[in-house]
Amino acid sequence: MNHPNKEKYMRLQGLIIKEFLQIRRDPSSLGIAFAMPVFLLLLFGYGVSLDAKHVPVGIVLEKISPEARSFSAAFEHSEYFVSIHFANMKLAQQALEARKISAIIRLRSNFNRQLYSHESAPIQVIVDGVDANTARLISGYIQGTWNQWLTQFAAQRGISLAQPIMLEQRIWYNSAVRSRNFLVPGLIAVIMTLIGALLTALVMAREWERGTLEALIATPVSVTEILLGKLIPYYLLGMGGMLLSIAMAVFLFQVPLLGLLWVLLLTGTLFMLVALGMGLVISIAAKNQFVAGQIAIIITFLPAFIMSGFIFDIDSMPPAIQSITYLIAARYFVAILQTVFLAGNVWGIIIPNALALLFMALFFFALALRRMPRRLE
Amino acid sequence: MWSRIYALLIKEFLNLLKDKKSRFVLIGPPIFQLFVFGYAATYDLNQVPIAIYNEDTSIASRDLIAKFNGTPTFKEVLRISHHEQIAPALDNKDVLMVVHIGQHFSRDLLLAQHPAKVQILLDGRNSNTAQIALGYAQTVLSDFNIQWAKQHKLSLPPAKLEVRAWFNPNLESRWFIVPGIVGLLTLVVTVIVTALSVAREREQGTFDQLLVTPLSPLEILIGKAIPGLVIGVIESSFIILMAVLWFKVPLVGSLVPLYIGIILFVFAVIGIGLMISSLAVTQQQGLLGAFLFIVPAVILSGYATPIANMPPLVQDLTLINPLRYFLIILRGVFLEGLSVSQLLDQYWPMLLIGILNLGMAGWLFRRRMY
Repeated sequence: MNHPNKEKYMRLQGLIIKEFLQIRRDPSSLGIAFAMPVFLLLLFGYGVSLDAKHVPVGIVLEKISPEARSFSAAFEHSEYFVSIHFANMKLAQQALEARKISAIIRLRSNFNRQLYSHESAPIQVIVDGVDANTARLISGYIQGTWNQWLTQFAAQRGISLAQPIMLEQRIWYNSAVRSRNFLVPGLIAVIMTLIGALLTALVMAREWERGTLEALIATPVSVTEILLGKLIPYYLLGMGGMLLSIAMAVFLFQVPLLGLLWVLLLTGTLFMLVALGMGLVISIAAKNQFVAGQIAIIITFLPAFIMSGFIFDIDSMPPAIQSITYLIAARYFVAILQTVFLAGNVWGIIIPNALALLFMALFFFALALRRMPRRLE
Repeated sequence: MWSRIYALLIKEFLNLLKDKKSRFVLIGPPIFQLFVFGYAATYDLNQVPIAIYNEDTSIASRDLIAKFNGTPTFKEVLRISHHEQIAPALDNKDVLMVVHIGQHFSRDLLLAQHPAKVQILLDGRNSNTAQIALGYAQTVLSDFNIQWAKQHKLSLPPAKLEVRAWFNPNLESRWFIVPGIVGLLTLVVTVIVTALSVAREREQGTFDQLLVTPLSPLEILIGKAIPGLVIGVIESSFIILMAVLWFKVPLVGSLVPLYIGIILFVFAVIGIGLMISSLAVTQQQGLLGAFLFIVPAVILSGYATPIANMPPLVQDLTLINPLRYFLIILRGVFLEGLSVSQLLDQYWPMLLIGILNLGMAGWLFRRRMY
């Protein structure tokens, strides 16, 4: 029997048991691993939506006519709008300024006359531009409603609509354009970053702060064993959190999972290793819980949120920022998650991104091993 | 009383600033985040890669393609010649959108019996981006339609839309996001400073020492609150300065309504931070508590996604979130030029939140003490 190997295994087992005891004693670690994903997914799944529905719009008809009525009826029947009528422009503007409505649609008193003249009758639309993204969506909805009305109006009167070209749209992978379908898978990457990096950074920094790591170094265990003893329990916690998140995404939020589960688990393992590695490096550099916690939030969580393509489109960022996003592990994992959930097993996306994650994991572990002090100062 | 508080204040500031690493944490990351997020967090599409699949070889179709390439929104990176090439290009995210012009395009266009069709295929994995790209494509097509109708003396449609956006005429999302960052970063820094202040002392055992000094609970509370207030106000002032000077976001309103908002917001956040701190026994718990507050506070504030899109129950929940009110103040003063009297409805809830939480924190101090 190989004696030294058995000893090694026992030492590692001892360390892992110690870590689990510590997790049990301060339940906030379990909180980060299990309560946090549930809490965040519920919050995001229900709280975050980019799909504007029932937008309040003000309608000002300066002269009421059957044509003007049919136009405003088109807005009343649309599920995108809740229309509120105003007697004049001044009242409507006040409502817009008070954020009671998001847009004003005004038909001037000469609308009817212009409608039957050679020129097109202008319909004035004012949108509240403070939230530029919503403003753009709303003006798109208004355009769509207007278009429908115009087609209907022309058909009723036997007028041929001069529309030389028509757009025919197909939205692939998410034909219902439900923003939840891409936010929930992306969120899994954000949550795992949190579990991996924040938790590891904190537990290691705590050992530094309390001086218990020095006690560990003084025992016969090797540096590799100390690191493995830290990583295995938190890897298990992280993967548990991931499985829970996937289950919630599929069963609670009805996000379609077109790809294979094992692809998600395998790439999830790679991503978890990167997150754990980052947490280790942060804690070795900081050696203090306050600083480690701050750094973990700032260099792992916030970039995973904003620069990973989770919400904001990477291709639209300025080139300098785009090149920074290549350093962010969540970028690769978000691409894999959104693809495996919504498009299926597209190997052209999965393989290069998984390789990038593997490379990052190796880099962080090499760095952690090199930087980990082997002796007392 | 004040000399005692003064002494405590000196100690608190020394605690925060004497260590090089924690000093850096207060200054470095906010600057870094402001720049990175100021540029990265945008919903505007810019140079989005698209593919063109043109089966029609007329001047008209080339004209249309030129129109797509002429906008700064799109950039043609791929020319497709077979139908089978479409799926891999979208699957592998080489392009966000494929513009497909069929072989009957120019025939239909010249016959003018029925509209010539242009097919737009979009990668909907990020449905928001897809919808915005679709909107831009629609604009390109309607520009083409108007031009074509004029050139060929076709009758114009009976009605047309004249859309104008108030407060942000070019709909730049940076004008919306950057003032929001002021709120976001002020929140994060202030909560972290206050939430860890008592927890750290408790973990290190120095809180007991503080208790046996002649300081009363109220004095400890004030001594713990003022550093957060000072740091929060300085931090937000700096970011506002950068928003105006660097990001060129117009500051239409005046500083008075803005600073009333900042002080009330920081006050409310300190209350929450000290509440978290007095509940936590270790720094890990303090940090976790801070996190459990910051994340929902950011998500349910209207920072990135509108409150109006949330379900009614969640919308009611946002009423207890101080960041919700502060964001309205920031954007209202920056873009709309709102005055103090127009913002009263945003001020008083923050004051109320601050008073309630500070009262609770003070009560917890006392309860934990005796």
